[in-house]
Amino acid sequence: MAERERRTTPYGGSFVPRSRVMDADGVRRAITRIAHEVIERNAGLDDVVVIGLQTGGVPLARTLVEAFARIEGVEVPLGTLDVAFYRDDIGLRPVMPEAVTDIPAELSGRTVVLVDDVLFTGRTIRAALNAVCDYGRPRAVQLAVMVDRGHREVPIRPDFVGKNLPTRRDEAVDVHAGGVDLGDLVRRREER
Amino acid sequence: MSANLLSIADLGAEGIEELLRLTDSFVEVSERPIPKVPALRGRTVASLFYEESTRTRLSFEAAAKRLSADTMSFSVATASVAKGESLRDTVVTIEAMGVDAVVVRHASAGVPWQVARWVGASVVNAGDGCHEHPTQGLLDCYTLRQRLGSLRDRRIAIVGDVRHSRVARSDVLAYTALGAHVTLVAPPTLLPPSLEGWPVEVSHDLDGVLRKVDAVEVLRLQHERQIEALVPSLREYTATYGLTRDRARLLADDAVIMHPGPMNRGVEIAAEVADQSRSVVTRQVANGVAVRMAVLFLLLGSGSIR
Repeated sequence: MAERERRTTPYGGSFVPRSRVMDADGVRRAITRIAHEVIERNAGLDDVVVIGLQTGGVPLARTLVEAFARIEGVEVPLGTLDVAFYRDDIGLRPVMPEAVTDIPAELSGRTVVLVDDVLFTGRTIRAALNAVCDYGRPRAVQLAVMVDRGHREVPIRPDFVGKNLPTRRDEAVDVHAGGVDLGDLVRRREER
Repeated sequence: MSANLLSIADLGAEGIEELLRLTDSFVEVSERPIPKVPALRGRTVASLFYEESTRTRLSFEAAAKRLSADTMSFSVATASVAKGESLRDTVVTIEAMGVDAVVVRHASAGVPWQVARWVGASVVNAGDGCHEHPTQGLLDCYTLRQRLGSLRDRRIAIVGDVRHSRVARSDVLAYTALGAHVTLVAPPTLLPPSLEGWPVEVSHDLDGVLRKVDAVEVLRLQHERQIEALVPSLREYTATYGLTRDRARLLADDAVIMHPGPMNRGVEIAAEVADQSRSVVTRQVANGVAVRMAVLFLLLGSGSIR
């Protein structure tokens, strides 16, 4: 078998891609579409704050804010959020923050658009909602994700989706600068 | 690292760096409108202080509460120790109530190690005799890094009662692990009997040292440890080893002045010097809470240990 590419993941083990389901242009177009949808839904961008979830949501959030600037000519505040301290699996597996949270704007009364790369069980978003509420009381929180892969474990749904991607539970999805890949997660002890 | 924090030496440079990185996140938490995260919900942290302490005990308590852990506090004056209970019985009793971490301070060196052998809970050394005070070493590193950036090849002076100072021991280990050069400045009577193996220089000339350092940490003169016989008089000590107003002028404009507290203003440090903008004494206290949050989270929450 040909040597397959491996990428390390934050929680140990590595991601081995099997097929590309979206290329870089596809991701860019999806973000542009999501930008238009956000503007339409909120009748403009007044009081909108974009927050990217560490780490996969941060570059997407930045691209979304750039798209807002192109389309509407306004600069929307951009924050980043690490939900490590709000996770429900603390103590069950290694949980460490990847980066320091940075919320540059008051969230009370604003519309917060959370951005993440992949929506899976929904637990990260549950944690993010609790974290956001510690910064204030937003008027509304909306969720934008590049990939919705199903298998929800909590009642959470996205407002804006780049691509709905049916997956098996044991598969893995990687969103990166070059596009979106479907593949497998290889745990460290199974690695050869 | 192990499931305990007993000595800076157990951490190594990598462990110190990891804790300082984690502290960044908790400094951010401390600046929020609601400075509290649910990370350690359902965990219990007991503090077991066999020696008087205000700031360290409160700091650990604040850290545990901001992580949403439950806290239990034990102080000798009100406790069963006064009724003759042994340390071991006290510790085992407290563990039987269901605690996940025990924060220990004791007048005898080595007690936290002893406690760690008796209990399954994580043990944090909050000061053992004249030996170590690892969280103070970490918060001093963190505070210095905020002002100086990297500590590599920085020159740091530790001035005063090194002999009785657990802060000095933890600081020396932490600073040198991060690549700084440490000079101890003290009268011979206030230096440890032997400095063999310590990666430090020693000087008795404070004025000469102050001209060359990036930071100076002034230690408290510890009256409670019977130092009267070791210095001729407080006034003479201040004249030779105190960071007086005139002496502080020898420091570079951007040098950092630190003191682990509580300060004897007018003895080891002049009141006016302690309040200069170069002084980070209050910053040390604020950072102390964030550093202790990082320690408790790493031991109890991160899952990177068990």
